[in-house]
Amino acid sequence: MKIWLPCDAAAKACGAEAVLAVLKLEADKRGVTLEIARNGSRGMIWLEPLLELETPEGRIGFGPMTPADVAGLFDAPESHPKAVGLVEEIPFFKRQTRLTFARCGRIEPLSLAQFAATEGWAGLRKALKMTPAEVVEEVLASGLRGRGGAGFPTGIKWRTVAAAQADQKYIVCNVDEGDSGSFADRMLIEGDPFCLVEGMAIAGHAVGATRGYVYIRSEYPDAIAVMREAIAMAKPFLAEAGFEMEVRVGAGAYVCGEETSLLNSLEGKRGTVRTKPPLPALKGLFGKPTVVNNLLSLAAVPWILAHGAKAYESFGMDRSRGTIPLQIGGNVKRGGLFETGFGITLGELVEDICGGTATGRPVKAVQVGGPLGAYHPVSDYHLPFCYEQFAGQGGLVGHAGLVVHDETADMLKLARFAMEFCAIESCGTCTPCRIGAVRGVEVIDRIAAGDASAMPLLDDLCQTMKLGSLCALGGFTPYPVQSAIRHFPADFPTLREAAE
Amino acid sequence: MTDTARLRAILAAHRGREGALLPILHDVQEAFGFIPDDSYAPIAADLGLTRAEVAGVVGFYHDFRKAPAGRHVIKLCRAEACQAMGSDAVQARLESALGLRLGDSSSAVTLEAVYCLGLCACAPAAMVNDRLIGRLDAAAVDGIVAEVGA
Repeated sequence: MKIWLPCDAAAKACGAEAVLAVLKLEADKRGVTLEIARNGSRGMIWLEPLLELETPEGRIGFGPMTPADVAGLFDAPESHPKAVGLVEEIPFFKRQTRLTFARCGRIEPLSLAQFAATEGWAGLRKALKMTPAEVVEEVLASGLRGRGGAGFPTGIKWRTVAAAQADQKYIVCNVDEGDSGSFADRMLIEGDPFCLVEGMAIAGHAVGATRGYVYIRSEYPDAIAVMREAIAMAKPFLAEAGFEMEVRVGAGAYVCGEETSLLNSLEGKRGTVRTKPPLPALKGLFGKPTVVNNLLSLAAVPWILAHGAKAYESFGMDRSRGTIPLQIGGNVKRGGLFETGFGITLGELVEDICGGTATGRPVKAVQVGGPLGAYHPVSDYHLPFCYEQFAGQGGLVGHAGLVVHDETADMLKLARFAMEFCAIESCGTCTPCRIGAVRGVEVIDRIAAGDASAMPLLDDLCQTMKLGSLCALGGFTPYPVQSAIRHFPADFPTLREAAE
Repeated sequence: MTDTARLRAILAAHRGREGALLPILHDVQEAFGFIPDDSYAPIAADLGLTRAEVAGVVGFYHDFRKAPAGRHVIKLCRAEACQAMGSDAVQARLESALGLRLGDSSSAVTLEAVYCLGLCACAPAAMVNDRLIGRLDAAAVDGIVAEVGA
């Protein structure tokens, strides 16, 4: 009997290893020969650990598995209480357009053979037969925009680096995925690390860079180990592409997700934000032209090269082309990763696909785009996932992480937390962020205590932080704060009294 | 006094590496459990930096410890997704059972906050030593407390 059991960190955190141990014991006891493969996660996190039994009809899922559920697998799998049927027929999975995550959950992450058998290296092979300029134009034509949050066209960034003259250029992959609600980078590395290797090698060829760094946050120990192993295994392929790469580990600083502080961190410095210009594309790592891309941008590239820019561009809406891996966490019934073409609405995602809250209470607010993203009320459910549409509503798509809160959420507390988090994580370079965040906490405490004069002060402070901060940490912290006030005034005593 | 032979070996292993300070500090912390004061000067000398520059980097990043942690380290996520699933209650239960506040340390246990472990769809989450735990509830918290022997 062949079984697939994810080795993804979320599956492990929910008890996959305990399930595995009992599985082996039970098979021994019954004299059953067990073949166990460890895949990445399918992204249906509410079902993790999601065990899959291989059958002639396809892989049948069981989840969320506990050690107590194991014996039943051997007795009567068809009537098992945790059976969820054919995994790829589960609506949450079936409704997706999986391009970047096509392999994730299907293969063993560190199997070069399985990677190669599922279109692995196809994009790189094609790229190496093209001129660097042709590769850049292909990426540009695909409409791919930076998936880290800024949404800058990836092809334009590559073109700038390609045109720069230097003895050394770099590709830097940003895996400092610190946004609460986001876990796509972690899941892809743990489920399909060679995809990133391939994407970075293509980027290197396109811009003339021979070295790459994958900067992974230290909170992701599993991803770090898998990525290191994958790079070592992929040496021959990297050599063929004339590219070498290495993992570097962060040290617990949220601000290092900002590209210039990430570069400082890679250089061995404090992760403080640099002023722009100069652009990292011209003067980046060690002063050399550098592509800094989010993992999801680089991991989309192999598919684009293998299938063509037109095919990728055919997905999406308006100026947001291709697919976006949406991640839904917090108080949600069916949380996980849902990759789909841009254009799906917030309401369809949260209510229809994810089933509303885990607690069963009504949704109060959905924070989109991490700790710097706005809190959206259900009246924003019509908003389609597109960079411009969210920006038009005072929000942002960001790294496409969503956190769902039910009606018990205290929006004043969450607004205060946004300021507190900014104060903890500020790099200290610019005053609006360094001092503004501390003052923000104090002013919100005054509002909580009923001081009506504090509200205009908070507005003023938010304005200063928005306009005067060097990077998105100070500049966007007002988004969650002001959206909480705007949409949920009843949670702020001074506004509540004013209304009464 | 720090084991200088061990420190020298770490420095030698990273010689010639671009931007080696963070990898060196990670290794030093792995070897000694924290970044000892008296390691700043030799690290600085090896990299051609000043002692102040090394101290500045150690001080900037949350991961680097200036003193040893307790025998067990519990990192509890208090980011938004975990808050939405009751991390405040988990924190209160942990603090009361351990007799420690978040951010405090005893010789047995260090209890600290972390901002996102990427387990947002199986929140609330924590890392106990090197092990990740999701869907924390009261029973899971009691299990952690028993495990760290408090």
